[in-house]
Amino acid sequence: MSIIGKLFGSDDTNALVMDEPRPTSFLDGAQDVIGKPINRVEGPLKVAGRAPYAAEYPAERLVYGVLVRATFGRGKLTKVDDTAARALPGVIDVITDYDTFIRSPGQGGATDAPPQGVQDVQYFGEPIAVVVGETFEAARDGAAAVRLEYEEADANFVFAAHKDQGKEPKKDQIPGHSKQGNFEKAFNDAPVQLDVTYTTPSQNSTAMEPHASIAEWRDGTLILHGAYQMVASDQQQLAKALGVSADKVRIIARYVGGGFGSKLGIAPESVAAAVAAKKLGRPVKIVLARQQVYEATVRRSNTEQRIRLGTDANGKIDALSHNSLIANTPYEQYWEPVGVGTHFIYGGENREVNHDLIPMNLTAAGSMRAPGEAVGMMGLECAMDELAEKLGLDPIELRRRNEPAQEPEKQIPFSSRQMIPALEQGAQLFGWSQRKKAGTDRRGEWLYGMGVAAAVRSNQLQKSAAKVTLTTDGRAIVDTDMTDIGTGTYTILAQITAETLGLPLDKVVVHLGDGKAPASSGSGGSWGAGSSGSSVYLACEGIRERLAKSMGVSVEEMTLKDGRAIAQNRAVPVTELIEENLSVTGQIEPGKQEKKFHQASYGAHFCAVKVNAVTGEVRVERMLGVFSAGRILNEKTARSQCLGGMTFGIGAALTEELIHDERSGKVVNRDMAEYHVPVNADVPQLEVHFLSERDIHANPIHAKGIGELGISGAGAAVANAIYNATGVRVRDFPITCDKIIEQLPFDA
Amino acid sequence: MRFTINQKTYEADVDVRTSLLDLCREHLGLTGSKKGCDHGQCGACTMLVNGRRINACLSLAVMHQDDEIVTIEGLGTVEDLHPMQAAFVSHDGYQCGYCTPGQICSAVGMLDEVKKGWASHVTGDLDQVSLTDAEISERMSGNICRCAAYPNIVDAIREVAGQWGEQAIKPAPRSAAEQPAQEKVSA
Repeated sequence: MSIIGKLFGSDDTNALVMDEPRPTSFLDGAQDVIGKPINRVEGPLKVAGRAPYAAEYPAERLVYGVLVRATFGRGKLTKVDDTAARALPGVIDVITDYDTFIRSPGQGGATDAPPQGVQDVQYFGEPIAVVVGETFEAARDGAAAVRLEYEEADANFVFAAHKDQGKEPKKDQIPGHSKQGNFEKAFNDAPVQLDVTYTTPSQNSTAMEPHASIAEWRDGTLILHGAYQMVASDQQQLAKALGVSADKVRIIARYVGGGFGSKLGIAPESVAAAVAAKKLGRPVKIVLARQQVYEATVRRSNTEQRIRLGTDANGKIDALSHNSLIANTPYEQYWEPVGVGTHFIYGGENREVNHDLIPMNLTAAGSMRAPGEAVGMMGLECAMDELAEKLGLDPIELRRRNEPAQEPEKQIPFSSRQMIPALEQGAQLFGWSQRKKAGTDRRGEWLYGMGVAAAVRSNQLQKSAAKVTLTTDGRAIVDTDMTDIGTGTYTILAQITAETLGLPLDKVVVHLGDGKAPASSGSGGSWGAGSSGSSVYLACEGIRERLAKSMGVSVEEMTLKDGRAIAQNRAVPVTELIEENLSVTGQIEPGKQEKKFHQASYGAHFCAVKVNAVTGEVRVERMLGVFSAGRILNEKTARSQCLGGMTFGIGAALTEELIHDERSGKVVNRDMAEYHVPVNADVPQLEVHFLSERDIHANPIHAKGIGELGISGAGAAVANAIYNATGVRVRDFPITCDKIIEQLPFDA
Repeated sequence: MRFTINQKTYEADVDVRTSLLDLCREHLGLTGSKKGCDHGQCGACTMLVNGRRINACLSLAVMHQDDEIVTIEGLGTVEDLHPMQAAFVSHDGYQCGYCTPGQICSAVGMLDEVKKGWASHVTGDLDQVSLTDAEISERMSGNICRCAAYPNIVDAIREVAGQWGEQAIKPAPRSAAEQPAQEKVSA
């Protein structure tokens, strides 16, 4: 054992609870790779088709499973008639296990088993059995041949008919109901009042890779290659669902084809594959059909949002209310936190933010990119646009007048906040001063307009761990169960390691997505970079300390660059400071800083549209976003995250709507030709700018979440631009041609 | 049956129901082409068959035994990327990477279509097809990217088209024989 090994043990831990601010960071180091627009390190594998996703691992004696879905919306399954299915060539088995199969996916971060007991069908499309075949084709035809017998029960498929059944949900990230001051009185007394109701439809994440699992039991342990965002909690969900101990389940998710919330928890195919693999003694692959992704994973709940704003004559808000109706299946606790941004975006003494949850027999609701802000900010930021119009104020000036000096409810300082600077810089870059009065810029048959909206997204730190090993040949190897769902995790973790240890980027190897590695925050809630990045940073910090000790110098006076340690006029290759591989595990945990300081990322969206005066067709012509999210770890991948969020906003504003048949509860548009996500021709060249920032209260790397900031308010900017172009205000999303035409003047 | 994929010959015993996509992914170990929808809606399975881009999920394997098939694995390798693959890396024309092989195959096929002078929905002058951003976006709209790398995908394709030179994207004189049937009708 080396001297260092003797001093510290060969595997040590550097843990940090974020109780105090961390003003200095080794990320401001000499290697100069952090923040740079570096190409994704796994890029060549992806573009060459060599990055293996969940369903792409070879296995000996592999068989294929296809899920059978309930063809009714509520009731009891009395018989699964598999006679015809079993008679088909190539069909091996038809497996039902009502008590073990899961109804709908686990919720993000949950560690219990997802809802089980599929015989009691709660929604149309609930997976109730699996047909296993020697080939995919045999299993698919087998699944189609299964006949179900059932007794239907009364169900709630119609949101509008049950709006009086909403109940206050249990406190989650925010309370279901919250009040401050006396809203009703202040609103009634306010000289300027706005009272509007916005509705948003159900939506689906529509990640390009369908949920998929390959399950294989080896010596009593389940190895499951799956498509997951949060490996550690997913392992717990899967173990609980199967009734085995957590150490008997290992999930591997090295490459994930998009998640956007839909892969936070385990999906129904995972348990079915594990059960089938155990029964048959062979590896089982199940990939959800796209239709099953829409029916049986999670949707974002539809919302009805009543927003009331009362101001003085100058537009200063005194009364603010944002009350939302949302839905979920009766057995689910999760609720869309529509007003999460409303709590802190604007000042105002008298306020209420309420949510009421309606039980519905529809696809379970869960997290989709920016739960809360994505839809809540669409309603609120459109309402602010209406308020500005009513007051005769520029929308940016209205926001300036309502900028709070501190968090308006908890009365604590913001760790950093650059919303107004983002609006102001965006206005200048975009040419906001060229905006005309609503409905007045017509050229030929097209109406032109511009819109603006603010963006906010709460920042969260999650417990996260990673092991970094400095090898005797001068490489660094990162091991964590963190995932890269397209967010750039592989690359930013490599950059953090390279910067902190002073290594060229190509000397860093990052291993992700293996449930055997130290448990991370996982990818969700925009916390991945800040949380898992900090754990990697802390591991590297621990290695730095040991290198300094070995060199006989203090950490502060040592510079690490290009594989060498430099201090006291000496430069020593780091490989000479270690005798064997040196591993340190870094671990971050949230602490008092998140109670003492309100942490969020901020931004502004600007959008220019043209609307056809004859057809109502909307074309987004330009869109520009300015964002501040602490330290930007990689300018290229961060920009891409914002492009993605902004485009989700375009989809939410214009096309995305998951429709359930009100007679049966069946998803009507359960494929990608009918559920319209934006395509290339819908999206112009988008502009993204970042404001320089370091958040020393957030974490030791000073970075905040960015994956969901880009969607927050984006749809509102599009909607506000449509209003500015046409003078037509559509409060029911998505803003499709028909809704515009019916309000356009007939002689348009 | 015998298939020629990426200039290599494969023998496979194929179910008549097996799609070209599933042949590659499930039988031949060529998992680069992706399945996103299995209905020809998303474009993740795009391959080049006899030089033309197709949705491999909509085509049965048994229809292709005499065809020249090129998948993402045949365009370039990790060590030796095709210019389009390299441009997707440098422009960050992807995020999760799942639609990417289809985007890249589609882009390569698309540039060839432009070269041949095939018109698109947004082409103004049918005798003068040029590669504007609007043309790229329109012609790439059969390939969905939910991560929404679209602006970067357009940048990557524009760069590659530029590298290939004016000649590469300048339409050849239109000949009836080169036009696909549906184009003849609209022209």
